[in-house]
Parts: sequence; structure tokens; C-alpha cells
Amino acid sequence: MLRACLRGANATAWKNFGNGSRITQQHCRHYTAGEPSGAVKVLATSLLAVSGGVGGTVLYAKWDPKFRATVEKNVPYSDQLFSLALGPAAKDANLPIRKQAESVQPPSMMEKQVKPSKAKAEKKVTEASEGPVKESSPAPAHTAPSIEEASAEATHIISAIGEVPSIPATCDTEATAVSEECTECHHQEQEKPAVMVDVEPSTAEEPLRERPVEEVTARLAQQDQEELDTLASLSTSLDDSLANSAKATLQAIGAQEAALQAIAQHTLRLREAMEAEVSSQEKSAQWKELEEALTHRLSAVDDAGSALQKANESLDSLKAIIERSKGLKVPAARPLILAAEENLHNMAVDLDKAVTQVQTAESEAKIVSQYSELVNEAKQQFQREVTSLTPDIQANWKGLTGKLSADDLNALIAHAHRRIDQLNRELAEQRVREQIHIDAALDQQKLEDQRALEKAVNTSLQHVREEARLEQERKLAELREVMEAEMRTQLRRQAAAHTDHVQDVLKVQEQELKAEAEQVLSSKMLEQETRYRQLGQEQVDNFTLDMNAAYARLKGMEEAIDSHVVAEEEARRAHQLWLSVEALTYSLKSADVDTPTVPLESSAKAVRENCHDDFAVALMSALPEESLQRGVYSEAALRARFNSLRSLARRVALVDESHNSLYQYFLSYVQAALLFERKQEVPPTQLSSDDLDPFKLLSYASYCLEHGDLELAAKLVNQLRGEARRVVEDWLTEARLTLETRQVVGLLSAYANAVGLGTTQAP
Amino acid sequence: MAEDHGRKWDRCLADTVVKTATGLGVGIVFSVILFKRRTWPLWFGSGLGLGMGYNNCQHDFRSPYLVHGHIVKVSTERKV
Repeated sequence: MLRACLRGANATAWKNFGNGSRITQQHCRHYTAGEPSGAVKVLATSLLAVSGGVGGTVLYAKWDPKFRATVEKNVPYSDQLFSLALGPAAKDANLPIRKQAESVQPPSMMEKQVKPSKAKAEKKVTEASEGPVKESSPAPAHTAPSIEEASAEATHIISAIGEVPSIPATCDTEATAVSEECTECHHQEQEKPAVMVDVEPSTAEEPLRERPVEEVTARLAQQDQEELDTLASLSTSLDDSLANSAKATLQAIGAQEAALQAIAQHTLRLREAMEAEVSSQEKSAQWKELEEALTHRLSAVDDAGSALQKANESLDSLKAIIERSKGLKVPAARPLILAAEENLHNMAVDLDKAVTQVQTAESEAKIVSQYSELVNEAKQQFQREVTSLTPDIQANWKGLTGKLSADDLNALIAHAHRRIDQLNRELAEQRVREQIHIDAALDQQKLEDQRALEKAVNTSLQHVREEARLEQERKLAELREVMEAEMRTQLRRQAAAHTDHVQDVLKVQEQELKAEAEQVLSSKMLEQETRYRQLGQEQVDNFTLDMNAAYARLKGMEEAIDSHVVAEEEARRAHQLWLSVEALTYSLKSADVDTPTVPLESSAKAVRENCHDDFAVALMSALPEESLQRGVYSEAALRARFNSLRSLARRVALVDESHNSLYQYFLSYVQAALLFERKQEVPPTQLSSDDLDPFKLLSYASYCLEHGDLELAAKLVNQLRGEARRVVEDWLTEARLTLETRQVVGLLSAYANAVGLGTTQAP
Repeated sequence: MAEDHGRKWDRCLADTVVKTATGLGVGIVFSVILFKRRTWPLWFGSGLGLGMGYNNCQHDFRSPYLVHGHIVKVSTERKV
């Protein structure tokens, strides 16, 4: 009620506002001409009331926003008034709060987003920083390189063992990797080797994959081939150098021996020459021989020296080759190397022996030569003395015993006595100095002996050491061979076990496959048998089928002939029916403009006689009685009647059961006179409530009738209510009759056509 | 039915005219005899007649809508 009052008040208020001053002025102008006081009073009071109402509304709206919203919704333009008076609606107050809430939410969400992204970024940054830090400052991270090296070692080992994913290898090979993946795997790798190093290599091999057999064999074959090649080359080189060195050494030894012999001979000759008292001729011959022996000796010594040098060179080269071959570390070549080393050692030992022999001989020869020199010197001195005393006597004084005079003899004897005294004195001196000389000589000899001893000790030590080493290596080689043999036996054993196992498995598989094959064979055999039987059966069946088919066809033909007769009968009947229906249709057309058709009884009877099935009988019974007795009106008649009816219906449109006084009739007449509608209007496909207005309905019906649609016209007219309906009731009945009759006749004719045309039979 | 409507109107009008005239006549008579030749009986009489005619007309038009109650006498005697 409040709202209604307010609405009314607002409406009046707005009316006043809208048309406001104009109207009041008009009113003022109008009413000032007449009775001003009364009108003014009325005007004033009304204005007051209205303004009071409006002000109250505005105030209340200010206080209660819901009320304001309601008013704005219900009263147009009130929102403008309110916005003028009060400002924008209070619903804006809600928005800031919501916005705050929203703004609070997104920051929190953003923070959350930022946090994870930050965490990610931090992680990345730390990783990246760790990487470059590692790269840029290797000094503080020395432990890392060591671990890296260890990891590198471990990975090398692992990669050598088998195929490993490439991550560790690439990480380790490139120390300056920049990408994060590498640093990550670096981290991984750092952890891995720490684990791997602790764990046994057998467990570390778990993630490794076995190489395929072919690859393994290929690699082994390749390795063998390589080994063989190196071995061959090594052996050839060793043999060559061995041969060379052997030759050289033999040569040297031979030369040394020759030299030794030459020296010995020379010494012998020299001694003989010194001591032997032979004739002068022989002496000269001796001396000649001696000279020859000397030259021979010299040459032999030179030869020996050069041969020694050559031998040393070849030995050195052999040693170098041995070292090189040792460096190759080919296991199969060890015995060769060992043999070569032994040979080398033997040769060196022999050479040294020969050299020492030569040296001793040479030292002896030196002594002898010294002695000989001394003797020669004494002789020469004596000779000089003799010649100084007896210049006449020639050198060979032994042959001159008869030619010498007594003075000469005395002088000689005196000289000889003097010489003897001198010699005695020298002898005494010598005896005195003997000890000192002997000591000095002993010391010297001791020194020399020591030196020689040292040298001999060194060389023998070296030889012994060499021999020990060689012995060790030989023992090592032997041991290795033994180990190899044992490993081979174990492997052979394993291979034997494997073959046994494989044999067993193969046997089992053979059994299984045999069983399977037998099963398959038996099933196939069964299949074939069944198929054969099936085929046989099929043939028999086909034969029976053919026989049956032939019999059936025969039967069919007989039936067809019979049914043909039947069909002809039917056709005749259908013809008759059709003819009678045609007659009925024709009789329908006999309606005049105002009079109905002839009564359809006779034609209907004829049709009824010709119907032989329920459908036609039912249809015939559906014909309305009126049409049979009286006949039906034609469409044209109905149309004409409708036109006259229309005006009447229009005139009583407002009259119905509740409004049926004469006044209503008067109003209805007035309405009909004043209301204009189209003569004909196209009826819509769906009638709405607007279309149920009688005037509209009549125009629709007119249209339908003009276009020959009696049925729709009847339907539309059927929608009339009240007095108009009563007025057109007769017409409606007639229309219904006509429609019914036409429908039945149409059905009948269609049926007759169908039956006549073909084999259509009614159900 | 349409003819009925027209016929009804004819009847109606005729009846009204007759009644009005009759009423007028009666009024004249009464006015002359009883009411010292005053005018009002004429108006009264014609008004009466018109009213009766109007009412009859309305009743006639309403007739299809009026529900008539029939008293059916059930008698023990046999009716022909």
C-alpha cells in the first residue's frame, strides 16, 4: 500500500515536475479568470501535498538504500531525481570493500607465485653461480679438482669396462662446461664417484650393459691382431738388433782374443829377446819378429778397440730397443724381451771378460816392456861406457877376445872393477832403499789392486744385479704363464658348464616345441576332417534344397495361376467399386448455389453394395445421415451465406452469456459500426490469444473461404464465442456436414483407386 | 439463426411500439377520466409501455441463455 501510495504520489509529482511550470501556469491562467481564491487554495494544497510526498520519499530513500532501489526500479526517471538529490547510489560503497578484498587476494596469490618462481630462480642462480664459481675460482676448490680427477679416473675405468651413458664422460672431459645440465650432472657425478669408489667395482658394474658378443669378439680379434702386429714388429726388431749385437760382440770378443794373443805373443817374444842368449843373426831376426809382433799387437789392439766400440754401440741399441719394447707393455713379448735381455747380459759379460783379460795382458805387457826398456837402457849405457872407454872396440865385443891388447884388457878389467864397485855400492844403496821402494811399490800395487778390485767388484756386482733382475723377470714370466694357464682352465671350465646348461635348455625346448608341433598337427588334421565332412554334408543339403526349391516353385506356379483367377475377380470388383464411388462423387457436385445436393442415399446404396471389405463398409457407415437424406450444400453456397453471416456476427460480437442486456447489444452495434478490419487476412499458422478476437477470426475465415479452404474456415469460425457463435452455429453445422461427406467420399475414391490400380488390399 | 436475429428485432420493435402506444392510450384515458387532463399520466403510461417493451425485448434476446426449470409432475395416473 505504501508503494502504491508513493507511486501515485510520485506519478503525480513527476507529472507536476515534468510538465511542471507550464501546467501550473496554465492552471493559474485558467483559474485566475474564474474563481481565483478557491482554485489557488486547491492548487496550493495539492502542491504542498505533492512536494511533501516527494521530499519524504527522497529522505527515506537517503536513509534506506533498499527503498531507493525499489523506487528506482518501479518508478521511471526516479533514479535521475535521486542522483540529483542524493548523489550516486550507495551501492558504490560495496565496491571498494570488494575491490580491497580482491586486491588483497591477488597480491597474496602473486606473492605465492613469486615465491615459487623466486625459489626456482634462486635454485637456478645458485646452480649457475656454483658452476661459474667452480670454473672461475679453482684455487679455493682444489679438493673439487682432485675429486674431479678421481671421478675422471673412475669414469675412465667404468667406460673401459663397458658401455656407460655418456654423461659422466662428457662432464669430465670438458672442465669448462658452461651449460647447467653439465653442472647438474657434475653434481651428480661428484656424488657418484664418491659412492662408486667406496663400493666394489662389481656392484658399480650393475648399471653397465654387456657389449654385444660380436662387438666383443671383434674387439678381441682386433686387439689380438694389434698385439700380433706389435709382437711381430718387436720380435723382428729384437732379432735384428740381437743378431747385430751378437755379431758385433762376437767380433769384438774375437778381436779381443786376437789382441790378447798378440799381446801375449809380443810379450813372449819380448821376454825371449830380453833373456835369450842367441846369436846376433837370430837376435836381429828376433828383434824383427818382435817388431812385427809389436805392430801386430798394436793393430790387434786397435781392431779390438774398434770392435769393442761397435759391440758397445750395438749393445746400446739393443738395450734401447728392449726399453722401448718394455714400454709397449705387450704381454706376449715378455719372453722375447727376457731372452733378449739375457742375451744382452751374456754378451756384455763376455765382452767385459775379454776386455779385462786384454787389460791384464796389457798391464803385464807394460811391465815386461818397462823391464825391457830398462834392460835396453842399461845395455845402452853399458855400451856407451864401453865405447867411451874403448872407442876402438865395436859393439859386438864378445867376438873380439883375441884381438884385444893387454892394456885394453887391463883398462877393461879396471873399468870392470870400478863398475863392480860402483854396482856394489848401488846394490848396497838399493838394498837400503829396497824396503822403501818395496813399500812404495806395494802401496802403488795396493792402490792399483784396489782400483782393479773395485772395478772388478763393480762389474761383478752389476753382473750379479743384472742376473738377479733377469732371474726375477724370468720367474715373473713363469708365474704369469702359470696364472694364465690357470685362468684359461677356469674359463674352459665355465665354458663347459655353460655348454652343458645350454644343452639342457635346448633339450627342454626341443621337447616343448615337439609337443607344440604335434598339437598343431593334430588340430589341423581334425580341422581338415571336419571340413571334409562339412563339405559332404553341404553337398547333400544343397541337393535337398534344390529339390525343395523346384517343388516349391512348382507349387508357387500353381498358386499363382489360382491367385490370378482370384486377382481377376478382385479387379472386377474393384472396378465396380470405383465406378460407384465415381457416381457418388458426381452426385456430390450436383449442388446449386442455394439448394443442397440431391440426397446421396441411392449412390451410397450402390457403393455399399460394391464394398466387400470392412474398411469400405466402415467408411460408408461414416457418412452422415443428413447428407444421405437431405444432401449437402456446396462450398459456394456456404461462402455466400458466410458473407451475410459475417456482418451479423460482427454486430453481436460483444454479446455473450454474461453480457446480454440490450445495452450490451447497443454497445456491440456501436463497436461494429466503428471498428474496421480487413476484409480478408491471412491466418497465422498458430493462433495466439490476440487472434481470438471475433473480428480477426471472421477476416481469417473469409480469407480461407475465398481461397477454398473450408476446413480451416470452419475451424476458425469454431473459435467464436458467445452470441456470435450462436449466430453462426447453423452455418458451422452445414459446413461440418459438407466436410464430412467430402472426406468420406475422398477416402472412398482413393481407396477405390488404390484397389483398382494394383494389388492393394485393405487390412 | 441469422433470420431469427432479424425476426427477433422485428418482433421486439413491434412489441415495444405497441406497448408504448397502448400505454399512451391508457394514460390518455386515465388522464381524461381520473386525473383532470394532466400530462403526467401520458408520460407515465408511455414510459410504462416503453419499459415493458424494452424488458420484453431483452428477455426475448436473453432467452437462449436463460436456464428454465421445468416442474415435472409425476402423476400416478396414466398420461396420454
